[in-house]
Amino acid sequence: MTDRFNLYRYAAPSAFYPLAGAMIPYFAAVAVVFGLAGLWLGMLVAPTDFQQGEGYRIIFIHVPASWMSMFIYLVMAFWAAIGLAFNTRLSGMMAQALAPTGALMAFLSLWTGALWGKPMWGTWWVWDARLTSELILLFLYIGYMALVAAIDDQRRADKAGGLLLLVGVVNIPIIYFSVKWWNTLHQGASVSLTKSPSMASTMLWGMLLMAMCFWMYSIAVALMRVRTIMLERERHTDWVKAELASLGAGGEK
Amino acid sequence: MAVVGRDLKLAMRRQADIVSALFFFVIVVSLFPLGIGPEPDLLRKLAPGVLWVAALLATMLSLPRLFADDYRDGTLEQLALAPHPLGLVVTGKVIAHWLVSGLPLALIAPVLGIQFDLAADALVVLTGAIVIGTPALSGIGAIGAALTLGLRGGGVLLSLLVLPLYIPVLIFGAGAVDATVTGLGGEGHLSLLAALTFASLGFAPWASAAALKIALE
Repeated sequence: MTDRFNLYRYAAPSAFYPLAGAMIPYFAAVAVVFGLAGLWLGMLVAPTDFQQGEGYRIIFIHVPASWMSMFIYLVMAFWAAIGLAFNTRLSGMMAQALAPTGALMAFLSLWTGALWGKPMWGTWWVWDARLTSELILLFLYIGYMALVAAIDDQRRADKAGGLLLLVGVVNIPIIYFSVKWWNTLHQGASVSLTKSPSMASTMLWGMLLMAMCFWMYSIAVALMRVRTIMLERERHTDWVKAELASLGAGGEK
Repeated sequence: MAVVGRDLKLAMRRQADIVSALFFFVIVVSLFPLGIGPEPDLLRKLAPGVLWVAALLATMLSLPRLFADDYRDGTLEQLALAPHPLGLVVTGKVIAHWLVSGLPLALIAPVLGIQFDLAADALVVLTGAIVIGTPALSGIGAIGAALTLGLRGGGVLLSLLVLPLYIPVLIFGAGAVDATVTGLGGEGHLSLLAALTFASLGFAPWASAAALKIALE
């Protein structure tokens, strides 16, 4: 019973703000630990790939970034659904706070993919199904952020953005399969993205550690962002004024 | 149905809008040969994609007007209060939008296809694909139009939201023509296009209705 009670309590920004503030250092610390471990395993321990040489090591950034870019969109859609169904203020803020990180991950995934593709396939970009869908995902993030930024009324921004996210989530499989089919029909590129069948277990572990690092980083950054969004939106309330006053007294921003 | 008739009547009183969207389509398509050169082989290869991209842009041009006028004079609020579900009303408006924006494109597309040296069967498939595919564009576009209703910079924003969602229609629409040109037969693409249209006509009006209610709050 107390657990349920607590969860609902933290749906209020005034209660969630200190909780988020308390959680950020832990997530950030865990992200650093996982990141160091993952980089150590990936850069120093993992064996050199016999086909791709050292260049394959960009996988330790590329794959986690791609995973996160897709996962964050789903999480945003989840918050959007909660927000539309229960009309909670915090869900819209969470979706907005996650969006820039998701877009960053999609961009990183495309960028590292290009850096990886150049030495491996001799080209920065191929119109492969996965690359194309990732690009479209980036477009969806940008559309969401543009829509939310264009609406001044925050409640409307949350709801409209939430609806767009839900429409986007329904469309993602359709887009993915149509792009995939389009790609197989065209048969243009001779490049196949299929990975080598077996992956050394150190590589896999390095990748998983890096994925955890990205995950923790995303949570920490999203919480930081949601805190500032809360302060901005709730600036007329007493708790924000008290919070700002104490911050001002403490002498730090 | 009354909504369809009303919207058609309103559109007919503003024929210039229909005609200008149509000429936008014609001009965009005509720019491509000027940009890439007049070789018939090249043009034949590019025709499906060029025509479809231009069709996407031309449909989008008229989307901001879908709800904006009714929103400004308060009709939309009355429609939202009416006993009929708003989703049905939006369905009517989507159908009217297709009749004045999608259908004319299909009628003029064969002529432009001839300019690109497409064969007769490809022209038939092109026309069919535009007839089948453009209702999906109107449906999906209605969601974007409803979301951006009354916002500053609505037109550009609308294209950011809607164009990524148009990609499947573009792929199958252009794919149908492409498959006919290469002799594979475009029936599979046309069926998928029809599926997209039915799905978006079924779901999109309700999503747009939800977005309109958000905008009207």
